Amino acid sequence: MVQFILERANYWAIIGLMMVGLYITFQSANMIKRLVGLSIFQTSVFLFYITLGKVAGGSAPILFGRDAKGHGAKVDHSADPGTHGTEVAHAETHGLIEIYSNPLPHVLILTAIVVGVATLAVGLALVVRIRESYGSIESDEVRRMDIGVADAQDADALVEATS
Amino acid sequence: MLETIISALPDMMVANAAPLLVVVPLMLAGICVFVPNGRAAWVLTILGSIISLLCALTLLLQVGAQGVVSYHLGGFAPPLGIEFRVDGLNILFLLLVTCIGVLAAIFSWPTVEAEIRAEKHRLFYAAHLICFTGLSGVAITGDAFNLFVFLEISSISTYVLVALGGTRDRRAFPAAFNYLMMGTIGATFFVIGVGFLYAATGTLNMVDMAERLALIDADNRAVVAGFAFIVVGLGVKAAMWPLHQWLPNAYAYAPSFVTMFLSATATKVAIYALVRFGFTVFAPEYTFEALNVALIFGPLAMIAMLACSFQAVFQTDVRRMLAYSSVAQVGYMLLGIAIGTSAGLSAGLFHLVNHALMKGALFMAVAGVVLTYQGTRITDFAGLGRAAPLTMTAFAIAGLSLIGMPLTAGFQSKWYLLQAMLDAGWGIAAVVIVASSFLAVIYMGRVLQAVFFQAPVNPRKQRREAPLLLLVPLWILTLATLYIGVQADWIIDLVQAAAQASFVPEGVL
Repeated sequence: MVQFILERANYWAIIGLMMVGLYITFQSANMIKRLVGLSIFQTSVFLFYITLGKVAGGSAPILFGRDAKGHGAKVDHSADPGTHGTEVAHAETHGLIEIYSNPLPHVLILTAIVVGVATLAVGLALVVRIRESYGSIESDEVRRMDIGVADAQDADALVEATS
Repeated sequence: MLETIISALPDMMVANAAPLLVVVPLMLAGICVFVPNGRAAWVLTILGSIISLLCALTLLLQVGAQGVVSYHLGGFAPPLGIEFRVDGLNILFLLLVTCIGVLAAIFSWPTVEAEIRAEKHRLFYAAHLICFTGLSGVAITGDAFNLFVFLEISSISTYVLVALGGTRDRRAFPAAFNYLMMGTIGATFFVIGVGFLYAATGTLNMVDMAERLALIDADNRAVVAGFAFIVVGLGVKAAMWPLHQWLPNAYAYAPSFVTMFLSATATKVAIYALVRFGFTVFAPEYTFEALNVALIFGPLAMIAMLACSFQAVFQTDVRRMLAYSSVAQVGYMLLGIAIGTSAGLSAGLFHLVNHALMKGALFMAVAGVVLTYQGTRITDFAGLGRAAPLTMTAFAIAGLSLIGMPLTAGFQSKWYLLQAMLDAGWGIAAVVIVASSFLAVIYMGRVLQAVFFQAPVNPRKQRREAPLLLLVPLWILTLATLYIGVQADWIIDLVQAAAQASFVPEGVL
């Protein structure tokens, strides 16, 4: 049981962060807090992708050691007979000796981080404008003010129509 | 005639039409920031839209000739490299986005000049071009993660564009903020879904993904979870009921031009992505037999058609009314998609094209009213039939098309949808289509009654048409609506080709 939980520690962290983020996003009335929640939610997805790319025992996806020497040329595997057992068998299918994590999710997440930063920046800029024009960053107060204005306009329209 | 126009284009442009369609507006967006004034930015925007339209027309010919146009970005062959892939399905959306883009760009200047502060004109057009880039990018790309990036490029600029309505009405700021929260959650859900699919298949290229998913067991939980996340994520972007809460406020308080452009393109492109994933990436057998998505989409679509039409009836603001009507119309499209037959899909796509034309025309006419009379409540529209006959006649024709009057485009696609429903044995859906159209009669009828049969409330309202720059695109859209209403064969051919292309991706499987 403990092993079951610990083996999947990353995934538990992802689920936890995701739920925390979504909860803050939906529950909080404060717009800054809602943006914080959104960022936590997005971060959980970054962690999810990075976890997908991790290969057990793999290092950062930069050629090193014996792979670096053979860079660009076919690596001769016969010179290194089976000292690493199954790991070598796995690496051989990719023509590499060392084991590397999958670099693609890292690159994808770099892009997603940029998107997240841009979204957060636009969101914060909007909060600034809301603060300037409403004097509040609590969404329920803002909504109350809007409803008040709408009611006043309807009353005006009624007066205009009857006169 | 099309061939002669295309043959006049430089060879470089014909050969690279796919990337140019996306890259030209993106580059012009950057240039827009540095031009001396807003009018120059406007000219650049029209120029960029027209070049994109020419690229889309080139692609239309190429797709007609060779079936699928595939462009490998950076020379890296798919599935490893990113691919721009145009087939019968997305050429429809590229044409839609670029045509609307050109008309919207031409019409934009008078309303932008009136509603946006002068020092922001250049930035406004830059944001619009980026939004345009994102939308056409979503429609053209063949890579699942690239689709997310383009989706966010368009969405982030959309939040900015909606918020620019705040100089006129401060309610645009909270509307844009809520749109941002919902939109980002939707996009993030989409990324989670793509992550699951990447974990299951090890590829991001959509055609490659389709091939590998076909080999995976239908009960695979990662695939099911991926499907669910993608559908919900794109559902938010497409304003699928009940995920549409962001839409009415965003449409009601955005600048008129933005409302017009978004209503005709943004949700449509999200529906394209939904169709692409539901039919091409996941085989229709998987979507409709293993998961039985029809049982989820069908009822949701029907509720949207009834509930949102009903809400539209009680709106006092014309733009809010049209926004609720948009959500209801998304229901029609999803209903067509939900039955999972080729006839249903083409009916849904047909209605999608028609809805883009008529909602575009309606919001353009409303923009004209905002421009000349500064009001969007139904009472503000009273008596305008006499004051601005050209604008209001176009408004009325588009409105009748929304209801589904014979001889208009709306009738053609609703009729087509009705037949598809009856063929598939969905009798209740046919009843809902008719009932929702009756509700449309009520809400459009309220406005049209005010426009044509009420005396103007405010006697200061004299005879004032919208400017010519606005009337020309408005009437092009309106005449297109009428033309499709009479002569729909060519567009039915186009949507049927689109439906076929989404069922069996050519060259694979």
